[in-house]
Amino acid sequence: MSAHSAALPAGSASGPSSPDARSGAGGLFSAQGLRALGGGAYAMAQSELRKLRHDHLDIITRSVQPLLWLFIFGTALSHTRSLTLGHLEYRAYLAPGVMAQAAMFIAIFFGLAVIWERDVGQLQRLLATPLPRTAIVLGKAVGACVRALVQALLLLVVIAAAGIDVRWNLGGVLGTLALLMLGTAGFACMSMLLAAAVKERERFMGIGQLIMMPLFFASSALYPLNVMPGWLHVIARVNPLTYEVQGLRQMLVGVGGAGELWLDFLVVGGFLLLMLAAATRAYPKAIL
Amino acid sequence: MQTPADVGAIDPAVLVDDLVVRFDETLAVGGVSFAVAPGEVFGLLGPNGAGKTTTIRVLTTLLPPTSGRALVAGHDVLGESLAVRASIGYIPQAISVDGALTAWENLDFYARVTGVPGRERKQRIAQAIESMNLHAMLDRLARTLSGGMLRRLEIATALLNQPAVLFLDEPTVGLDPSARRMVWEHLGALRAEVGTTILVTTHLMEEAERYCERLAIMDMGRLVEQGEPAALLERHGTESLEEVFTAGTGRTIEEQEGRLSDVRAQRRTARRLG
Repeated sequence: MSAHSAALPAGSASGPSSPDARSGAGGLFSAQGLRALGGGAYAMAQSELRKLRHDHLDIITRSVQPLLWLFIFGTALSHTRSLTLGHLEYRAYLAPGVMAQAAMFIAIFFGLAVIWERDVGQLQRLLATPLPRTAIVLGKAVGACVRALVQALLLLVVIAAAGIDVRWNLGGVLGTLALLMLGTAGFACMSMLLAAAVKERERFMGIGQLIMMPLFFASSALYPLNVMPGWLHVIARVNPLTYEVQGLRQMLVGVGGAGELWLDFLVVGGFLLLMLAAATRAYPKAIL
Repeated sequence: MQTPADVGAIDPAVLVDDLVVRFDETLAVGGVSFAVAPGEVFGLLGPNGAGKTTTIRVLTTLLPPTSGRALVAGHDVLGESLAVRASIGYIPQAISVDGALTAWENLDFYARVTGVPGRERKQRIAQAIESMNLHAMLDRLARTLSGGMLRRLEIATALLNQPAVLFLDEPTVGLDPSARRMVWEHLGALRAEVGTTILVTTHLMEEAERYCERLAIMDMGRLVEQGEPAALLERHGTESLEEVFTAGTGRTIEEQEGRLSDVRAQRRTARRLG
């Protein structure tokens, strides 16, 4: 065996992509890196849309649970008048919380279940393409966002049809969707990080529930922070879902929680960046 | 200057030099060296757990080697991993197409993520469809395809970036005999038409003998023998590669049936190791 042949020319059939790829090794923020990042995320988002088109039923069945919260729980609780919300109807108060919760559920199950059950070989392959690692994780997160976005639009239509007292202005709705996407991407990355840690496919569903319900209850999704006992209030204060819900509520029904809108975007955006960085490090290694 | 028998004299498509991969206490690959000439169909043959998949993972830049060197299409897997990834196609043993997408959508997806330039995408997809003969299945969801069709689709998705080297990990696992033959025939045709170098792992002696031009036999992380199948048989004065394996290792290679549990066990091992 000759072991001394040092610099060999590239294989003749390696195609036009290989020379640029070499110069693109400069990093994620080179033109090449950004193009790969955008292209990869676009391809994955498009695939999710295509899957939704092949299976519309999925998004509808997933929308049942948030609607139950809104119309059963919300209607029942609004009759008890146990929360002092001014002249705001409880269902209007609850609507942003339910939207955020529904998107979070999609994100967490997307990361946990879909990837491990269906995409094991696909991820191995993606890791062997010139796509940057960040693009793979971000692309998956964008895929979750596509699903969450379709569901959010569906929920907004139902909320409008039910005559729930939401402020319908274009800026508010667009801002709502934007914040919802940031949060969904963040929770999707969090669940990929979790998948990397848990590794056993069978345990995912249980762990997913274990994470999701406390995040939901320890947030301002169902009730204002000031009705919480002190310890729960502390947890809710560091829960990104709280900020997501507060931001949505401010934009959608005009009720600011304790925070201001810029802070809500800042916290949710920061959460996304943190989770993206952590998942990019941990996730591709764990999938092998 | 070049003699076909001595691949060391020409620039090899794949060069592995004293490769070692260690996971904690486990030695998965213990000092393996081989070279694959451009345009060759090269087989890594051995039982499950021999280190074949680990070797492929090093060559596809998924795993860093503990020591030793590996070059693919002239690029070092450690120092120039991006250039390696731009020059290869890789089909892992686990299904790598998305069952919830159609065959065509899978091709489109892989064209986008493997960096095929936008203006060439359509034409490359058409070529891949032609070469793997996928016309009849383009609009079907991948989960409705048979095992043999799935493998052909996967191979097609791996051709879109016109790889210099195509890596296939146990491409015929779980297929019935006629589907296996068809997969091999398509690989042979690809090699004949485009000259793609093909590195394939298998634990099926008969397939290795029939379809690979050269073989490296692996067992327990080491390379036992390498050469052309006929030369190996002649060297050991035997009729079958099983006997070559036994002569090299002192053990018999068990033919493993019950493929699903096989794949599961391998995946579990892989997950534990990774």
